[in-house]
Amino acid sequence: MSAVAVPEPVQRRLLSTGPDPMSTTTPATTAPPAGAARLPVLSPLDRLEAESIHLLREVVAEAQKPVMLYSIGKDSSVMLHLARKAFHPGPLPFPLLHVDTTWKFQAMYAMRQAIAAEPGIELIVHENPEARALGINPFTHGSSVHTDVWKTQGLRQALEKHGFDAAFGGARRDEEKSRAKERMVSFRSAQHRWDPKNQRPELWRLFNLRKRKGESFRAFPLSNWTELDVWRYIERERIGVVPLYFAAQRPVVLREGALIMVDDARMPLHPGEVPMRRKVRFRTLGCYPLTGAIDSQAETVAQIIAEMSASTSSERAGRLIDHDASASMERKKQEGYF
Amino acid sequence: MKSGKAIDGPPAGSAEDGGTLLRFITCGSVEDGKSTLLGRLLYDADVLSDDQLAALEADSKQTGTRNGDLDYALLLDGLAAEREQAITIDVAYRLFSTARRKFIAADTPGHEQYTRNMVTGASTADLAVVLVDARKGLLPQTRRHTTIVAMLGVRHVVLAVTKMDLVDYEEATFRAIERDYRAFAQRVGIGAVVAIPLSGVHGDNVRRPLGNTPWYDGPTLLDHLERVELEDGRATRPFRMPVQSVNRPHPDFRGVAGTVASGVVRPGDRVMIQPSGRDTRVTRIVTQDGDLACAVPPQAVTLTFADDVDAGRGDVVCAHDAPVHTADQFEATLVWMHEAPMLRGRSYLMKLGPRQATATIAPLKYKVHVDTLEHLASDSLRMNEIGVCELALDRPIAFEPYAVNRDLGGFILIDRLTNETVGAGMLHFALRRADNLHWQALDIDKRARAAQKGQRPCVVWFTGLSGAGKSTIANLVEKKLHALGRHTVLLDGDNVRHGLNRDLGFTAADRVENIRRIAEVSKLMVDAGLIVLTAFISPFRSERRMARALLEADEFIEVHVDTPLAVAEARDAKGLYAKARRGDLPNFTGIDSPYEAPEQPEIRIDTTVMSPEAAAEHIVECLCRRPGG
Repeated sequence: MSAVAVPEPVQRRLLSTGPDPMSTTTPATTAPPAGAARLPVLSPLDRLEAESIHLLREVVAEAQKPVMLYSIGKDSSVMLHLARKAFHPGPLPFPLLHVDTTWKFQAMYAMRQAIAAEPGIELIVHENPEARALGINPFTHGSSVHTDVWKTQGLRQALEKHGFDAAFGGARRDEEKSRAKERMVSFRSAQHRWDPKNQRPELWRLFNLRKRKGESFRAFPLSNWTELDVWRYIERERIGVVPLYFAAQRPVVLREGALIMVDDARMPLHPGEVPMRRKVRFRTLGCYPLTGAIDSQAETVAQIIAEMSASTSSERAGRLIDHDASASMERKKQEGYF
Repeated sequence: MKSGKAIDGPPAGSAEDGGTLLRFITCGSVEDGKSTLLGRLLYDADVLSDDQLAALEADSKQTGTRNGDLDYALLLDGLAAEREQAITIDVAYRLFSTARRKFIAADTPGHEQYTRNMVTGASTADLAVVLVDARKGLLPQTRRHTTIVAMLGVRHVVLAVTKMDLVDYEEATFRAIERDYRAFAQRVGIGAVVAIPLSGVHGDNVRRPLGNTPWYDGPTLLDHLERVELEDGRATRPFRMPVQSVNRPHPDFRGVAGTVASGVVRPGDRVMIQPSGRDTRVTRIVTQDGDLACAVPPQAVTLTFADDVDAGRGDVVCAHDAPVHTADQFEATLVWMHEAPMLRGRSYLMKLGPRQATATIAPLKYKVHVDTLEHLASDSLRMNEIGVCELALDRPIAFEPYAVNRDLGGFILIDRLTNETVGAGMLHFALRRADNLHWQALDIDKRARAAQKGQRPCVVWFTGLSGAGKSTIANLVEKKLHALGRHTVLLDGDNVRHGLNRDLGFTAADRVENIRRIAEVSKLMVDAGLIVLTAFISPFRSERRMARALLEADEFIEVHVDTPLAVAEARDAKGLYAKARRGDLPNFTGIDSPYEAPEQPEIRIDTTVMSPEAAAEHIVECLCRRPGG
């Protein structure tokens, strides 16, 4: 736990076993005077939260063996928080699954360990044994092969091995163009393929979760959340996130216009390349060799929100895998990438 | 989700939480400049990032249709497949926010699947932007969009008259379109229309007036979207909450989880659980953030009750003094969404909120011509067609008319075999006869009748190609059973078509109805305690499955009389194959109409290796081996 430098209020949340003790003792709403028409007015965050919880409950009610993809990032943290709310006071009705590449940031592994230690959490970690045997890594094999073998193949292996028929993911429609066409509950063939031309219509709050053996669903409770919504919610709910999201002095090198953090000794330095210390943070987290940092002074959630409101670059710009080929995300998704 | 926010927290609409939330849909085709207008809206609303703008500039040069000038439409064309073919495939959702509001825009493309996509987008929309090209005026498609918007209950409409630059910003042109449109909108029941003259390419009245339409003093598009008042009447209606699941983590806690669909609930409120009609009181509104003093739509909560009432997924918790009604027969508007057409008499799975039922579609009352609103006579619905029909369910459900409550009146239909969502519908009202028709609880039941006959009733359902030998074998089986003292009846294809089903032909729809009637008659006879033998081609899996579903688990014995087509055709006892081959007998199974072989029949008879006598012997043996058979 000591490895996770989480801001003080956040840390309490991370360690707490259930709901925040500060808000459980007093009812959130005081009864309005008799006959008064004063009703709570829901903010967009309240509405998004309600929509996500509704979806989580629907999928769990109809799936035989659901699982939540836990990628350790901020979206996963929010999704896990929403899931706890959806099934409170009951326990989480599904395990978490981390499809690991062994190339995540050290701070992410620390966070994963902390979450796995929380009561009521069952965390499954899957590492593609073939990728391990072949020593697949982003430096030798390139981001494309690395992502395909570790993540896309790894995910399929894990889902099949455990027989999961519905997997929650933290993807948002504002992240990337092809995500905008994804349903909240998205059908996958027995081969885990996504067919964008043949999606089930999704009306009202009705989800068709019927399937045959071997077929499965991906469900995205955060579909209608934006990056800003996620941060505002993290602030409001005091949700713990990996400290890499907050600005700090970190050793980085500049490669192809991206600031890459030298997170461990496996990172081969080019001749003459010397890591420099810069105050940076990450908007999105993945494999450290493939994730670009941004210069930032934002050390708190509030500062991140302020910085974002003035920000002019989109979130996935720091993700090298999306730039690999035009339409790469669409292709990856069709092949079964989350 | 602390609902106390309204009291202690920042007031709704503050920038801190992104203001309020507006879901809207844009209706129009590529030719109307829809993508350009929506792209321009995003551009002018300052919600694009530097790299999105850089990509837009690069894409405009590479694939744009505007000679290198910014092609705003490119912001919206998401999939590579679409960019290459310059079409849009499906519903896309764009999220953006300004200081005043968060927006979720459903962008639906034109082309053939338009109706299906638009219905999907409109199902969650508060507002619709209907585009009209200033040069073309109202087109059939404008009326179609407006009809669908009205049908789906979208209350606010913006008439966006685009390409005003191409008609020199003439006021007369705009006013004429506005007048025509208002007249039509009124006909379909849309009151609130705001008409705005626009140019997506130049940006007139998207965010700012730009001075080309001095005669227009209304709001700009963005202005209107940011300020339109969203009266949400749901909270003032009686309380309703469909139950999604029962939360029972330990013996001391039992709650029902759901999303409030309308009204307000407070601890102490007297509520009724429908359709069972049990009543109780709400004791707590449980959330992880602490118990609430009240909950409103669309909050997701967990309720606990004073009594240990039976409430499960699909039930509706509602106000005791104004409960929802329950019924099993309805009139509804139906939108067909699948390539396989709707067939009268076929049963589909119906999903309404968390409730599932089996729905059988009674004959269509009429089809709606969406461009003209004319009512047309029709037997079935093809993809993208809209009709009004009656539905019969296999069980009563709690509901409200769609016009009152989208959550309790909107439903989807699912094909039982393919699991595809094939249609969507909106309930109008319950048919009165459902209210009045109560099942007579009879003292003499199936068990009593069967006991008297000393047998276990069942249906032995023979299926197979024409000429496979179904009738021959069924006849032999009946003789043997009769000899064993069993009480039987044989329903044969040809005989039934001379009487009960003489009004039916051989189209797919009629075949479905044919089998539906046979299945219902068989069920009645099983209730009478008989062993029923049916010999029909019954080519579709879906109908055989429907017949199976009418009966109890072990009462349906499917016998596949399996004869290769070539063998059956060579026999051709009735000369039918020859006729069909000549084209004199259309829709003949195996020739120009499909036969869907059973995947797991209880009994399979391979007639190429087994004589009719041996087959009959085998079937009787199987029947006698059943417990109590």
